[in-house]
Amino acid sequence: MIQTLFGSLKEAEEPPKQGFFDRMKQAVSRTRESLEDRIEGVLSMTRAVDEDALEELEMSLIASDLGVNTAGEIIGNLRERAKRQQIENGAELKTLLKEQLKNILDEQQRPPRAVATVPEVIMMVGVNGTGKTTTSGKLCAHFREQGKSVMLCAADTFRAAAIEQLEVWSERSGVEMIKSKQGADPSAVLFDALQASKARGRDYLIVDTAGRLHTKSGLMDELDKMRRTTQRIIPDAPHEVLLVMDATTGQNGLQQARLFTEAAGVTGIVLTKLDGTAKGGIAIAIARELKLPVRYIGVGEKIDDLLPFNSDAFVDSLLGA
Amino acid sequence: MFENLSEKLQRAFKNLRGQGTITEENMQEALREIRVALLEADVNLNVVKELIEHIREKALGQEVLTALSPTEQVVKIVHDELVALLGKDTARFNFAPRPPTVILMAGLQGSGKTTTTGKLAAWLQKGGRRPMLVSVDVYRPAAREQLKVVANSIKAKIYEGDTKGEPAGTPLVERLAKEARREAVNSGCDTLIVDTAGRLHVDGELMDEMAKLKTLLAPQEILFVADAMTGQDAVRSADEFHKRLALTGVVLTKMDGDARGGAALSIRHVTGQPIKFIGTGEKPDAFEAFHPDRIVSRILGMGDIMTLIEKAEETLDKKKSEEFARKALSGDGFSLEDFRDQLRQIRKLGSLQNIMKMLPSVGPFQGMQQMADQVDEGQFSRVEAIINSMTPKERNNHEIISGSRRKRIANGSGTSVQEVNQLLRQYAQMRKMFKGVGKGGMLQRRAMGMLSGMKGMGR
Repeated sequence: MIQTLFGSLKEAEEPPKQGFFDRMKQAVSRTRESLEDRIEGVLSMTRAVDEDALEELEMSLIASDLGVNTAGEIIGNLRERAKRQQIENGAELKTLLKEQLKNILDEQQRPPRAVATVPEVIMMVGVNGTGKTTTSGKLCAHFREQGKSVMLCAADTFRAAAIEQLEVWSERSGVEMIKSKQGADPSAVLFDALQASKARGRDYLIVDTAGRLHTKSGLMDELDKMRRTTQRIIPDAPHEVLLVMDATTGQNGLQQARLFTEAAGVTGIVLTKLDGTAKGGIAIAIARELKLPVRYIGVGEKIDDLLPFNSDAFVDSLLGA
Repeated sequence: MFENLSEKLQRAFKNLRGQGTITEENMQEALREIRVALLEADVNLNVVKELIEHIREKALGQEVLTALSPTEQVVKIVHDELVALLGKDTARFNFAPRPPTVILMAGLQGSGKTTTTGKLAAWLQKGGRRPMLVSVDVYRPAAREQLKVVANSIKAKIYEGDTKGEPAGTPLVERLAKEARREAVNSGCDTLIVDTAGRLHVDGELMDEMAKLKTLLAPQEILFVADAMTGQDAVRSADEFHKRLALTGVVLTKMDGDARGGAALSIRHVTGQPIKFIGTGEKPDAFEAFHPDRIVSRILGMGDIMTLIEKAEETLDKKKSEEFARKALSGDGFSLEDFRDQLRQIRKLGSLQNIMKMLPSVGPFQGMQQMADQVDEGQFSRVEAIINSMTPKERNNHEIISGSRRKRIANGSGTSVQEVNQLLRQYAQMRKMFKGVGKGGMLQRRAMGMLSGMKGMGR
């Protein structure tokens, strides 16, 4: 996000137009200076840390959806360290900033839980329209490529044509899918899929669930029920509960992560739609406040557009390097 | 949970009680709080900067109103400024002088275009129009199937078309759109709603396709469907869509969640187009006209009491409520039977948590929003179970409920005697309190206080 905010000077050089909203648009593009300039500015001529410039830097983190608290803390640390370590140029400050962002993310990275017996059960959860079905399909292909056997469970029995949509992905990735009818009890489909994948010794079972807002307690209870169903058949499952989150998500992402973790025991985040201009800064706030790692990122609509998370590349993209 | 703006401002102005005027210095901290509140609500940073400037000018130029505290005064300025930005004009819908009117739906992936298409069709049907739907999303698996299911569920006409094995791409999209319009004319439909594939604003090829669709169909309305949970990036996608298509309006979806919805301000600011509707659920009728003042209250964390009142009016049985009030206030008092009726009515409004979250977090309801997370919804079910386990005679005459009866009720409802006791005690207290109100006692004065407190919210 900072990438586009500060990456391009062309936008700012557009000839001025008339009218209130045009003026607004100009205001938006005005801030699209390079992050480098901004970081240089922080250190100004006097070599003392320039407070105004630091505040500007804080604002640019906020503009990337890191949120007021997280951005404030990061800048606070940066100020301390810049003073203590006698930072002399922008490049050093930038390295420091990057290091901090990376640390927040890396601290939460941990190896996935060991799986006692196959299948490893991965449950996909999230609010509506974040890309759970697409990600489920991509995950199948991802594991298939590693030579693993995978089964899909179409547990979104609510949304119109969700089953048909997942079916296309199951064909594309050559993975068997267990399904029921629209309106059926998702736990019942899940039960069948758990037994089938266990009987056939599949390495992975990927469970696509219906999108739901985290504020709907009835629907959140349904997730809890699905988790209990899973545990009845495979005691240490679900091994992963991935919260699929749209990279454009703002501060509500924290609340999403909080409530889905309470109801469904989220173990990690999948950030989708990172091929747009939003860079998913909320993931940093989530890592800091809720200690959840990012596991995968989605970067397009093609079957191989899912990548394991890499904090280096993520922070680079966030900072527009 | 979030603190609302009033609380923050109260802190900022804590030290100037008695001074009562707004000066450059004491505004500084207040402005900072306003900025943080807006940013936490996902209003775009640059929109916030501009707003803060306006607010500063207004606040400093303002005459001191003796009736309002500095906090109230500033909150009112902020509130009015945001409402002004969102525009007071209620959404009007453009219809073609000669049918069919064409409505083109646009937006990013997963914003809710297909669901909204169905809701819009249902809304038009209610208004006596005959819409036809078509999906030209030939890219996402089962997208066209999804719209078909949606259309069938609301009994709206849909043009399915035949891809005839043609590869997914703009030519196919254009052909389907053209055919759908012809079909709409032929079958006497006066409105055609075109559901399109979700696309990123940076996807040149697919944005070109949108532009081509616009040229082909000359739509009266191009609606941008946006997710209420969108963060700072909202301005960028809305701006790009507007540049390419000249949007005529916005639909903000997923407003039934707890996102503050600051994206509404950002999108309005950058496109200049009104937000016409909001989506508030997955059912076809969860679709409402947009009210700027309500979302402003929400962005500022002041609850959504208007929506709550409207919802109450819609769902509650007015006659029953009035009957209850009459009984409760009269000398007879209300019975446990009446109490259960009321309980059931309240539960129809939704979860107590959601109700509490709609209350403003200042004034008489202070702390209610925060408490919402601790509410034990099961308590309601237990109370209802206890009353259900009573005989009709017991419900209408609580005094006869002796120790042995209490034991039976506890067993029957799966609760304990303590819980039964507690309920009966609370019931007796409530009964007494209501009777007191009937005689113009404490509670009535408090209720009056609540009302005047609400008026002070700057609505």
